[in-house]
Amino acid sequence: MNLAEALTVVVPLLRDELVVHANGFISRESFNLNDRPGNFYMIGSMGLASSIALGVALNRPDRRVVIFDGDGNVLMNLGSLALISATQPANLVHIVFDNEVYGSTGNQRTISAQVALEEIARASGYQRVQRVDTAAALRSAAQEFLTNPGPSFLLIKIEPDREERKIGRITHEPPQIAARFTAAIRTEG
Amino acid sequence: MITGADFLRLLLESGFDFFTGVPCSLVKSLIATLEERGGYIPETREDAAVGLAAGAYMAGKQPVVIMQNSGLGVCLNALASLSRIYHLPCLLLTTWRGYQGKDAPEHLIMGDISPTLLETLGVPHRVLSAATVQDSLRWAGETLKQSNQPVALLLPPGVLQ
Repeated sequence: MNLAEALTVVVPLLRDELVVHANGFISRESFNLNDRPGNFYMIGSMGLASSIALGVALNRPDRRVVIFDGDGNVLMNLGSLALISATQPANLVHIVFDNEVYGSTGNQRTISAQVALEEIARASGYQRVQRVDTAAALRSAAQEFLTNPGPSFLLIKIEPDREERKIGRITHEPPQIAARFTAAIRTEG
Repeated sequence: MITGADFLRLLLESGFDFFTGVPCSLVKSLIATLEERGGYIPETREDAAVGLAAGAYMAGKQPVVIMQNSGLGVCLNALASLSRIYHLPCLLLTTWRGYQGKDAPEHLIMGDISPTLLETLGVPHRVLSAATVQDSLRWAGETLKQSNQPVALLLPPGVLQ
């Protein structure tokens, strides 16, 4: 399973969830697969997708907030796992696509092959933690995580893409992404 | 000098209603008041606090990020590649360690360059004094709304009790 295949499993399960995307191919693949107003694409500020999502989740406990994160992003902001655990937002689902590389910059390795990120989440205090590496296990875990209280942490082990994906960048301007996402938050779910 | 409780009252009166940050001794009384009131989110890093504030803003809040000016260095990229380009405002309540070159060595360079750093980043700012807190907060609130950009208030020693 690569990133595109994993997204093809998860994205059709989404209903009115607000989804904050990490930068790089996670944003780009998801944007090209199914652009939706409830998607926030973070094009810069690597590491902060989980912080942005937490800011939404704490202030809108009536809405489910999902993070599409990457291993490089999680490693850059491990403190966020601690703060999510300390604040315990039941409406937050943290999904990490872990390909063990920095995909956008040429597949340089991260350290997630040596460090089990989901164990850090478990030790921090996420309510629900699982690691999956097949499409079938992913479908079943994602269904469970998207319908039960969290905070939850789903680590998906995926293969890096060996050839660079010829996939477009986000075509919306950043203020437009923010305005559209803000409107989607205001819309009752 | 102004008390933490009075400062918080003025912040609330100016419409600010979400508070996060990383502490500094110069804002000890304000954070203590916020902790008593409840709802203050103690962040682990200043850039994460800027991210948290961005999310809170999109969820309808007027966020304040409290930090020492050392934290300005930590959150430069968050301000440049998140807050500024997405038009996600917050009030950066930044203490000014190294003010007038009088402080411990680790604060001197950042203290010297803090206003210039904010200017370079395109973040409008004012320096707080006890007499002008109310005016400065009004200015910050109005500037945030007009520009949709972060603004900063630099807090030198001796303003907040």
